[in-house]
Amino acid sequence: MDPTSHQFKENAKQALSNDNLQSALAQMKVGFVERRREAAEKIPEFDRLRDQARDLKNHTLANLDRYLERYERKAIEAGAHVHWAETAAEARKIILDICRQKQAKLVTKGKSMIAEEIALNEALEADGISRVETDLGEYIVQLRNEPPSHIIAPAVHVLREEVEEAFREEHTHLDDARRLSEPSDLLNEARAILREKYSEADVGITGANFLIAETGSSVIVTNEGNGDLTQTLAKTHIVIASIEKVVPTLEDASSILRVLARSATGQEFTAYTTFTTGPRRPEDTDGPEDYHVVILDNGRSDLLGTEFQDALRCIRCGACMNHCPVYHAVGGHSYGWVYPGPIGSVLTPTFLGVAEAGHLPNASTFCGRCEDVCPMRIPLPKMMRHYRQEEFDKGLAPPAARFGLDLWRFAATKPRLYRLGTRVASWAMRLAARGGSLRKAPLASGWTDHRDMAAPTGASFQDQWSARGGRRRPSAR
Amino acid sequence: MSEARSRIFGRVRAALDEAAPEEREDDAQLDARIAAHERGIRPERVDLDPPALVDLFVDQATKVNATVDRLADASAIPDALARYLASENLPAAFRMAPHPDLEALPWAERPALEIKTGSSDGADVVGLSRALSAAAETGSVMLCSGPDSPVTLNFLPETHVIVLRADEVGGTYEECWDVLRAKLGVGAMPRAVTFVTGPSRTGDIEQTIYLGAHGPRRLHILLVDAA
Ligand code: SF4
Repeated sequence: MDPTSHQFKENAKQALSNDNLQSALAQMKVGFVERRREAAEKIPEFDRLRDQARDLKNHTLANLDRYLERYERKAIEAGAHVHWAETAAEARKIILDICRQKQAKLVTKGKSMIAEEIALNEALEADGISRVETDLGEYIVQLRNEPPSHIIAPAVHVLREEVEEAFREEHTHLDDARRLSEPSDLLNEARAILREKYSEADVGITGANFLIAETGSSVIVTNEGNGDLTQTLAKTHIVIASIEKVVPTLEDASSILRVLARSATGQEFTAYTTFTTGPRRPEDTDGPEDYHVVILDNGRSDLLGTEFQDALRCIRCGACMNHCPVYHAVGGHSYGWVYPGPIGSVLTPTFLGVAEAGHLPNASTFCGRCEDVCPMRIPLPKMMRHYRQEEFDKGLAPPAARFGLDLWRFAATKPRLYRLGTRVASWAMRLAARGGSLRKAPLASGWTDHRDMAAPTGASFQDQWSARGGRRRPSAR
Repeated sequence: MSEARSRIFGRVRAALDEAAPEEREDDAQLDARIAAHERGIRPERVDLDPPALVDLFVDQATKVNATVDRLADASAIPDALARYLASENLPAAFRMAPHPDLEALPWAERPALEIKTGSSDGADVVGLSRALSAAAETGSVMLCSGPDSPVTLNFLPETHVIVLRADEVGGTYEECWDVLRAKLGVGAMPRAVTFVTGPSRTGDIEQTIYLGAHGPRRLHILLVDAA
């Protein structure tokens, strides 16, 4: 996906005038925050667990090379093929080579932010390989031809009605008159469609929350069970992980897991936490025949020993964006690349450079809530401040350097007023872009019945994204 | 790609040796740290005597929408399962893991139950598996893959039933790891180890939790008191 981080301000303006997005964001900012607080309050040692997780990861990072060596040795012993990729392009090539060797036609995918980071979807499609996302949220954004907007809740920006619309557009083999008004209807439909794909797939690709040096295992946590089905039923399982995912022991992974789900969704533990070690054993009756692990650097090693090393402690829980007033106002797509929210504002400039993404650290009110909730105690505001300084030094500062704060104030004080003026145009534009009809636009009908609508001028964020090649063609059929 | 490997390791090593030499440990120290399996902070809530710990497990599992049926001994399992299937309006048929503990149960007393064994082909409505251990702290059951414990049984059937003994319930995940190491030896792992905590769920439609995403809609635990 081509980044649009350089136009954060334009993206954000579009986001503020997108009514559906604003309704979706209004829901998330209450839900995630409440649930995380309740989960944290249920265990008195929560803050000590965070300190411990930070120290544990610091120790691991300080000895990263040796832990990676140990992980690799154990994984190979268990029958894994371990591949190393310095860059996104190398990682894509390794994965495509495996797919070609297996003559793969269909790939199922569990949720993986690294897959987004290396633009794997586009590469698979360019190679004529069909891809089906198995995480429900990822499946929804795949149908809508957009990237995920949140690292743990990819479709957090999508309303139920929009999911229904996407399902009706895509699942044309099903009865038009079927009921999809209840979320359970949507869930059942997705479940039935994806069911067939798991065992049809030649290759199943998942990410990894941890790699374990002691045992050579990779770990995934999911609520849906899609990751387990993906990696169990495909003939070949490919794990994509990055170098900082390694931890020493099963005990260490357990310690960090105690803060992961609580911080992410406010659950005490995720429904399925699975430790995978190598391919199917001779005596096993199920599981993949081949198990590959692709370990990606992509600039992470350059952060070691710098003021950004602490960002490598990140376990991608999403708490920082769930608690961020700027994310609440503009949503994940505004950030213009894979990682949104405070951690995105820190990581994106390190991956894409200050010239592309240097505005992002300004997308902050410096309220400090991200650091307050980060389970790994990553000093996110300090890092953003560092980039702002760097951006100023390079003469790249945008006209309104405190743009993030301005934006948040604006959204907090008069959102309805602002959005009302742009509602009709944004609806019409969205429908036009997606080939829908105005009959589906209840909010707009009051206007369209009685007025001529001016053709919308200027491209929406989605259109700009599309024009820059950011929107993907689906291959799920 | 071994060039990529050596360049990555070269950069990592150089950066770390320069930045924080005092935090660097040698191979022997790191191997010793791994071998020690040192445990982190133990959640207070598991500081209980064994009966209370089992109660905590039941409580926690129930909170995440599992159902738990406590049985006096293993011979009560066929009866309890038949009753459960009837109460949920499920067919009297299931796919069972070919585990010796399960195969040894008095199924003949319940001839109406139709039993298949082995991996699931996706058509099974109910799967029955045998746990290795459980962590009371979050009501999580540990399942380990192997010829007597196919992974597909845990994910494909809409209803997943797990047999667990009360004396297998530990406090924490770490206690489960000890059980596994005692069984397989240190450093050895089955292909897949899963902690199952309630039935499958999703929050991907408007952040509301719905049960039964891609995995089981129901998780039923048959918790047997006597060995
Ligand atoms: S920076 Fe912290 S809060 Fe944000 S995703 Fe990473 S671990 Fe979670």
